[in-house]
Amino acid sequence: MSTAVVTVNRGLFRGLNLRQKTLLIIGSTSLLLLAIVISSVFLEGESLQTDFGSKNLAPSLEHPFGTDWMGRDMFIRTLEGLGLSILVGGFASTISTVLTVILGLLSSAGRSADAFVSWLVDLFLSIPHLLLIILISIGMGGGATGVIIGVALTHWPSLTRVVRAEIKQLKTQEYIHISRNLGRSKWWIATKHILPHLVPQILLGTILMFPHAILHEASVTFLGFGLSPHEPAIGIILSESMRYLSAGYWWLAFFPGLSLLIVVLAFDIIGENLGKLMNPKNAHE
Amino acid sequence: MVKNEKIAGFIGKKTLRLASLLVLVCFASFMLIQYSPIDPVRAYIGEMPVTPEHKAQLEEYWGVNTPPQEKFLNWAGDIIKGDFGTSLIYRMPVINVIKERFTASLVLMGISWLFAGFLGFVLGIVAGAKQGTWVDKAIKIYCYALAAAPTFWLALVFLMIFSVYLGWFPIGLSVPIGVTADNVTFFDWVQRLILPALTLSLLDVAKIAMFTREKLIEVLSSDYVLFAKARGEKGMDVVLRHGIRNVALPAITLQFLGFSELFGGTVLVEQVFSYPGIGQAAVAAGLRSDVPLLLGIVIFSALFVFFGNLIADIIYEFVDPRIKQQEASI
Amino acid sequence: MGDKVEISTKNELMTAFKAVAGNKRKTEALLNVEDLSLSFTQYASGLRQTELKVISNLSLQAYKGEILAVVGSSGSGKSLLAHAILGILPSNAKLDGKIEYDGEELTQARKEEVRGNEIALIPQATTYLDPLMKISSQVIGCVERKNEGLMRKLQREVFQRYNLRPEVERMLPHELSGGMTRRVLVSTAVISSSELIIADEPTPGLDEKTLNETLSYFKGMADRGCAVILITHDIEAALKISHKIAVFYAGTVLEVANVEDFKNNGENLRHPYTRALWNALPQNRFQAIKGHQPMQDEVTDGCIFYERCSKKKALCSQGIPQLKQVNGGMVRCNNAA
Repeated sequence: MSTAVVTVNRGLFRGLNLRQKTLLIIGSTSLLLLAIVISSVFLEGESLQTDFGSKNLAPSLEHPFGTDWMGRDMFIRTLEGLGLSILVGGFASTISTVLTVILGLLSSAGRSADAFVSWLVDLFLSIPHLLLIILISIGMGGGATGVIIGVALTHWPSLTRVVRAEIKQLKTQEYIHISRNLGRSKWWIATKHILPHLVPQILLGTILMFPHAILHEASVTFLGFGLSPHEPAIGIILSESMRYLSAGYWWLAFFPGLSLLIVVLAFDIIGENLGKLMNPKNAHE
Repeated sequence: MVKNEKIAGFIGKKTLRLASLLVLVCFASFMLIQYSPIDPVRAYIGEMPVTPEHKAQLEEYWGVNTPPQEKFLNWAGDIIKGDFGTSLIYRMPVINVIKERFTASLVLMGISWLFAGFLGFVLGIVAGAKQGTWVDKAIKIYCYALAAAPTFWLALVFLMIFSVYLGWFPIGLSVPIGVTADNVTFFDWVQRLILPALTLSLLDVAKIAMFTREKLIEVLSSDYVLFAKARGEKGMDVVLRHGIRNVALPAITLQFLGFSELFGGTVLVEQVFSYPGIGQAAVAAGLRSDVPLLLGIVIFSALFVFFGNLIADIIYEFVDPRIKQQEASI
Repeated sequence: MGDKVEISTKNELMTAFKAVAGNKRKTEALLNVEDLSLSFTQYASGLRQTELKVISNLSLQAYKGEILAVVGSSGSGKSLLAHAILGILPSNAKLDGKIEYDGEELTQARKEEVRGNEIALIPQATTYLDPLMKISSQVIGCVERKNEGLMRKLQREVFQRYNLRPEVERMLPHELSGGMTRRVLVSTAVISSSELIIADEPTPGLDEKTLNETLSYFKGMADRGCAVILITHDIEAALKISHKIAVFYAGTVLEVANVEDFKNNGENLRHPYTRALWNALPQNRFQAIKGHQPMQDEVTDGCIFYERCSKKKALCSQGIPQLKQVNGGMVRCNNAA
C-alpha cells in the first residue's frame, strides 16, 4: 500500500513536496556559494584599486556596500574576502576530514590504537578552540600559513568522536564478526566494511565543519594573527573598520560581517537539508 | 557503602585524569612553542637598545642554549612550585597577570553564562512547546542567525548602535595597560561590563535554546508524556509538569560543557570592547610573543574547561536519577 | 461513490440492530468502533513521501462488565488502536472511520474531554512513567489544588488495595520492581474511576503468579461494571479471563469470538486464522501456520489472509470480505456461514 503522496505546501514553496523543496533549497544555496567563489576568483586584485576621489562613501547604487578610506569598493572587497574564507574553510575542512578518516580507521584497528585516538581527541578538546588555533598558528611560525594550519588541524575532534562511536556500533554487527571469523584482516574489514558505511556521515560532517572553520579563520584574522593587512579577508576588513567606527562609517563593518553570516548560514542550511535527505526520520515535524 | 565507593572511584579517576591532562597540555604546548620560530630574547628586547653583554645575559636567562628537554623540565619544575615566570609585556609575574585578568573575565563570563542559560532555556521551552507555530519559527530563525554570526562582528554592531549611535556607553572602553582594577570606579566597571556581557550571552543563547527545544520535543514525544495525555493532561500542563523537569538537567549539563566556547567568545568580545580580561591578555601575548604568559593562559584555560566538564560529569553520574535507571536495566 | 453507499447501508444495519437490542441498555456497546482505518505519512530515504497503512477496516465493540481481548502478534499495530481511541496519535497519522463512545461520536475534542476520567489507558511498561516524578504525583495526576487532599486519600486506598507499601509513594519509577510497576500502572486507571479501561500489553515478562494477579485486577474491574479492552499477544492469558476475543491480524480484526468458542476443539471458531491460532497453542496441536503476516506496505486487494488461507476461493482475492454476524460472533470471511 505504498503510494507516493504529494502534499501541498503553503507559502513559498507552493505545490512542491518536501523532497523537491529540500533539493531546491540545497541547489539554490550551493549556487549562491559557487557564485561567490567564482566571482571572487575573477575579481582577484580588483579590491586593491584605490580611488581617493571617492573615499568613505556611504552605500549607494554605485557602491552597494560603500567605500573605505582609500576609496576601495567594499562590495568587491567583501566578495573577495568571502571567496578567500570559503577556500580556506574548504581546505581546512578537507584536511580535518582526512585526519578524521585516518584516526577513525586507526581507532578500529585495536584497543590501544583506539585508546590513543580518544586520548588525542581529549587533548585537543581540553584547550579552548580559539586559543588552540592561536597556539598552533604561532607554533607554525604565524602568518597566513600558521592560521590556515591552525584552523585545519583543530576541526577534526568532534567528527572523529562521532565516527568512533559509529565504528564501535558497526563492529558489533553480525557480518563483521563473520568476516573476522573468515580470516579477513583488520585492514580489509576496515576499508571494505566499515569505511563505506561511514562515507555519508563523514561527507555531512565535512560540510557542517565548513562554517566553524570559516568563522574561526575570520576570528583569528580579526585578532591580528596571520593574513597580512592587504589581503582582502573579512577578518582584516572588520578589524580595520574598528578604527573608523567612531567616525560613523558603519557600513565598513556592517555589510562584510552580514555577508559572512549569510555564507555561514548557507553552509548550515545545506548541511541540515542534506542530513534530512539522508536521515528522514523526523522530517514530518 | 556502594555510593561511597563510587564517589571515591570517581574522585580518583578524575584526579588522575586532571594530572595526566595537565602534563600533556604543558608538554605539547611547550614543545610547540619551543620549535616555533619565536625568539624569546628578541621578543623581550623589542625596541630597546642593548649591549652584547646584556644580550648574552638574557640568552642565558631564557635558556637559548640549553637543550629543550632540560628547558622543559626546568620550566615544569617552576610551574609545580607555582612560578609561571615573568610576563614580557606586562613586566610582572605571569601568575599575577592571570589572577587579575582571569578574575575580570570570570565576572564577564559568569554573568553572560547565567543570563544566556536562563534566556536560552526559556526560549527553548517556548519554541519546543509551540513547535511548528510562528513563535517557534521566529525563535529558530533567531537562533540560526545568531549561531552563524561572527562573534566579533556582533560586538562591533553593538558598539556601533549603543556607543556610537545612541551614545550610551563610551567607545574607547579601554583602560591603559598598567592601570589596575583598583583605580576604576564601580560605575566604570559596570559600564564596561554591560555591552561585552550582552554580546557574549546573546551568542550563547542560540546553542542552549536549540538544545532545549530539541530535548523538549523529544520529551513531548516520549511514552510518559503520551501516557500523561492519555490521562487528560493538556498542553501547558504537560510542559510544566513533565517537560521542564526532564529537560532542565541535560540543559544545565550542556551549559557546563560549553566552557570552552565561552572562553573563545570572551577572547573576541574582550578584544572589541577592550575589556581588560584574560582573552585580551592572550591575544596580546600571542601577537607579541610573550611565551610565558601565553603558556600560563593555556594551562589555566585548560583547567577552566576541565572544571566545566567535571561539573557536567558530576551531574551526569550522581544527580540525574535516569542514569541509575539505565544502569539498573543493563 | 460505492463506498458511500456501503457505509450508509451499514449504518442502517446498525440502527436496525440497535433498535432490536434497544431496550436492553446493558447490551448496548459502551465503545463502538466501525471501519476504522489508520495510516501514517512517512518519509523514506531521500525524503520520498510514503503512506503506511497500519489499521484498516477494523470494527469491534466493548460492553460494560465485559472483558474484550484484542489478540494479535507483537508489532502488528494493536497499541495504535488504543492510541487512536484515546486520540494520542502522532501528528502524521490519518484516521478514518467511526468511533462511538456511550452512543456519542468520539471526536478529537470529545476524546480530550473523556480521556483520563471516562476512558483510561493502562500502558505496558515503566517507560510510561515520568522518570523524574514521584510515584504518588503520577498516580494522582494533574488535579486542581483543592482536590489534592481527596485524591491523596483515594490514592492511599488504592495502594492498599493493590498491596503497595506507603513508601512507594515517594519512590521514582526506576526504584520499582516489575510487579510493583504493574500495580502502580493499574492504580492510575483505578483512581480515575473510568468506565472504559484499555490495557495495552499488560502481561509480558511476568511470572505465573504476578500474571494471574494482574489478570485478576482486570477481572475485578469488569466485575465492578467497567468495560475492559485487553490488548495482548498472549492468547492463553486472554482466554483465562476474557468474555470475547477479537482476533487482530495485519491491522484488522478478522473475527470476534466468544470465549466458549475456543472450547470443544475450537470447532465453533469462524475464521481459518483463528482456528490456526488455536491449533498453534501448546496444549492443542502445537502446530504453527506457514507464512507470515503481510508487511504493512504490501498491497492486497482481497482478503488480508488470502496468501496463507487453506480454504481460499477465487472470490477471496477480489475485495475485502464483508463483516458478518455468525453464531453470536463477528467474522470477516467468505467461507463462514
